[in-house]
Amino acid sequence: MRALLVRDLRLAVRAGGGFGLALAFFLIVVVLVPFAVGPQPEVLGEIAAGVLWIGALLACLLSLDRIFALDFEDGSLELLASAPVPLEGVAAVKALAHWLVTGLPLVLAAPVLGVLLHLPGPGFVWLTVSLAVGTPALSVIGCFGAALTVGLKRGGLLLSLIVLPLYVPVLIFGAEVARRGAEGLAVGTPLALLGGLAAGAVALLPFAAAAAIRINLR
Amino acid sequence: MSLWEYANPVKFMATSGRVLPWFAVAAGLLTLAGVAWGFFATPEDYRQGATVKIIFIHVPAAMMAINAWAMMLVCSLIWVVRRHHVSALAARAAAPVGVAMTLIALFTGAIWGQPMWGTWWAWDPRLTSFLILFLFYLGYMALWAAIEDPDTAADLTSVLCLVGSVFAILSRYAVNFWTQGLHQGASVLRAGAVTGSDTEEKVSNVYAVPLFVSMAGFVLLFIALVLMRTRTEIRVRRIKALEARARMGDA
Repeated sequence: MRALLVRDLRLAVRAGGGFGLALAFFLIVVVLVPFAVGPQPEVLGEIAAGVLWIGALLACLLSLDRIFALDFEDGSLELLASAPVPLEGVAAVKALAHWLVTGLPLVLAAPVLGVLLHLPGPGFVWLTVSLAVGTPALSVIGCFGAALTVGLKRGGLLLSLIVLPLYVPVLIFGAEVARRGAEGLAVGTPLALLGGLAAGAVALLPFAAAAAIRINLR
Repeated sequence: MSLWEYANPVKFMATSGRVLPWFAVAAGLLTLAGVAWGFFATPEDYRQGATVKIIFIHVPAAMMAINAWAMMLVCSLIWVVRRHHVSALAARAAAPVGVAMTLIALFTGAIWGQPMWGTWWAWDPRLTSFLILFLFYLGYMALWAAIEDPDTAADLTSVLCLVGSVFAILSRYAVNFWTQGLHQGASVLRAGAVTGSDTEEKVSNVYAVPLFVSMAGFVLLFIALVLMRTRTEIRVRRIKALEARARMGDA
């Protein structure tokens, strides 16, 4: 399983795919927002937390179809399915690799982009915390969606239609943590709910993803 | 004689063919009676005026929008556990009916909300969760449509339905947490209303009786439509099988 993780990370970095791309997309979204809503600092500061969450979510979505598609095309997914590791573990490792390649850079970049959007001072910590807790859930939900659509020719658009409604609870609690943090309010409740949601998703969805892969490989 | 006999398509087609006209007629009569009674024979509300009459479509449609998903969930479970094809096809047949009910509820709600709340749309928990339910339906139907092999499609949509149900419930409570709403709470069927311990406002009997007629009509309408669509799905499946056999014969 560790070999699989290392292999996935290497592929992501060397094949010039997701690694920089999601980050660049995140940057672009953040740059476009002031053009759309105007550059007044007070307006931007108010929406910064939500915009950064939306940007992170879309950037995460962008690279989802690569989780399984390439392996499915060249047949290595079937090898993985017949390898002596449980398919649930493979799905979990794939989601972990996706998070390390896209989620983690987004978490690290978010505070920097927060400066561009005039995010209020106390918001930086909570934005980072909420993204750090929430993005693993985004990766693992997306991994499930990717597993559902892996055999389809043009699965990308369908994938976003399926995955985005599933992202709603994570987005609500994550953005709530960031917004309350930015306004200096207590964040305990939404943070606990976000954490519970992420833990539940990470614990259960690899099983659903593995079931979907088995069906697709049948 | 058990319920599972109807998993046999032949048996299902025979029985559903016999009961479908009854359901269709009863659904038409009750829906028409409930809506007509509601529209023409109830007084105007002292605060809401004539707009209160939207309730006779809005509430039953909203009820069926949720129940359709619940039915799809049950059918998906039956398919996953016992692999009865009729069950999977019924789930597929229910989705467009459910999405239509969701749309009706959303649109009648908007028409009602405009004069009552002064807005077509509010990011209220109930409204928002219905919009999300609508998106779930769309994703579910798109996945059905995208996969060629019928068994794979049934399997994958079942998995999506199970996971989606969990997330639909999560979203419901998440949006509750996210914002406080304009929409009133449950005021038709409540535990307290039956025992008489309820002191809150509830829908008065003048409206409640035709509303129940209309709700019963919508339930029957849903059953009739799903039966009809399931029969169509089975026939489509048979035609495909016959075509495949004909091609085999040519080769």
